[in-house]
Amino acid sequence: MSTPFYVSPQQAMADRAEYARKGIARGRSLVVLQYTDGIVFVGENPSRALHKFSEIYDRIGFAAAGKYNEYENLRIGGVRYADLRGYTYDRDDVTARGLANVYAQTLGTIFSSAGEKPYEVELVVAEVGSEPEGDQIYRLPHDGSIVDEHGSVAVGGNAEQISSYLDQRHRDGMSLAEALKLAVQALSRDTNGTEREIPAERLEVAVLDRTRPQQRKFKRIVGRQLSRLLEADDAAVAKTDEPSDEAPEE
Amino acid sequence: MDFLADHSPELLPGNRKLPEGIVEAPHGTTIVAATFPGGVVLAGDRRATMGNMIAQRDIEKVFPADEYSAVGIAGTAGLAVEMVKLFQLELEHFEKVEGATLSLEGKANRLSTMIRGNLGMAMQGLAVVPLFAGWDEGREKGRIFSYDVTGGRSEEHGFAATGSGSIFARGSMKKLYRADLSEEQATTLVVQALYDAADDDSATGGPDLARGIFPIVTVITDEGFRRLTDEESSALARSVTERRLEQPDGPRAALL
Repeated sequence: MSTPFYVSPQQAMADRAEYARKGIARGRSLVVLQYTDGIVFVGENPSRALHKFSEIYDRIGFAAAGKYNEYENLRIGGVRYADLRGYTYDRDDVTARGLANVYAQTLGTIFSSAGEKPYEVELVVAEVGSEPEGDQIYRLPHDGSIVDEHGSVAVGGNAEQISSYLDQRHRDGMSLAEALKLAVQALSRDTNGTEREIPAERLEVAVLDRTRPQQRKFKRIVGRQLSRLLEADDAAVAKTDEPSDEAPEE
Repeated sequence: MDFLADHSPELLPGNRKLPEGIVEAPHGTTIVAATFPGGVVLAGDRRATMGNMIAQRDIEKVFPADEYSAVGIAGTAGLAVEMVKLFQLELEHFEKVEGATLSLEGKANRLSTMIRGNLGMAMQGLAVVPLFAGWDEGREKGRIFSYDVTGGRSEEHGFAATGSGSIFARGSMKKLYRADLSEEQATTLVVQALYDAADDDSATGGPDLARGIFPIVTVITDEGFRRLTDEESSALARSVTERRLEQPDGPRAALL
């Protein structure tokens, strides 16, 4: 019997991370932004049936970049976890923090187990609070770590470039139309800096809207509502550019 | 559901040992429903009884199952509320996992299975007999389903009632129901029916003007589930009660 080659643990982990990162980078990026009434998810997705964003529970949404079958698996696991929690205790006892911990454990175990290939996914778990201060956004990279994010977050292929673009331009208290416009601008910048047009049909947009009267705050924005928001953009931006609490322009 | 059965079987009602002997527990009483062009109304009185005692005056027995359907419960209150909770959970879970809502038939069938699972309890006197109403998006109309203790499901056309006061409520609606009711007339109809049920059945509670407890009335249309606000249902119940001061037996139907 031949002796297996010795591979140092550092090298093994680096290889696995490299593998997962490459897998994630093949997928399209998506962004999650806070706006004044909640959290908006924006991504480029040519498919209308296979979603990148979905509802987990009343106030919790899920976004994923990477391999579809793997994140779909995690998504269903999350829905089960949340529904079981909510049924056993109370609807208020289901939190994004708890869910993010479960995902981190799962991803971390898979990443470091030698038998399995690491998952090529990067997740975002977001929870909308009753006030903007209560919003929570967690980013979960492939290795099972958790990053607590504020304001804006991007995951997927071009994530670093997009998130630095967003960091510079995102501010608190944006309207939905403003946040959406910023997200689309960020997504349409290519790696080499050129811009390309993303038509509305290729956008997948969903919100966690704290002003929704229903208990379940997650809502997909599609069709006419989406194009109206994209078009109304300029008008809305112009309007919100002169808020009453700031110095009135004479 | 299957996941729940594998993972935490003790949370499912069907897996519990049956209690010995007869258990005294609060029972909910009358639920009525009626369709109108454009939707369906589902309403319930507010009383729960335990033997000859009024256990609760302001119990709520009509719940939204999801955005386009509602369930009203008669029978053992504790079991019924748990059944509704599980039913709501299941509809929501299906919707989230599959990305599409169940058909109205699918929901009605699912409830049927859950009632059948409770048959053992029902034999001990702890029956749960709900009424299920919803907006059928495929057929674009409101529909009502009634059940028996064994889970037998039947679709009702026009109007339906369940619970101890159902005989009187059904008689009342039989004379007042028309196929072309407006939404407002349909809500008045169900309040009349509940009044008649409370009139003749001791276990059904009528509008309680002194305490301000009025029937719960819900409407389901293509815009989804809506529960009448306390002001609306109180105004409705008050106008019915007012008329009854002059005509205690309620509106008269034509003789021929």
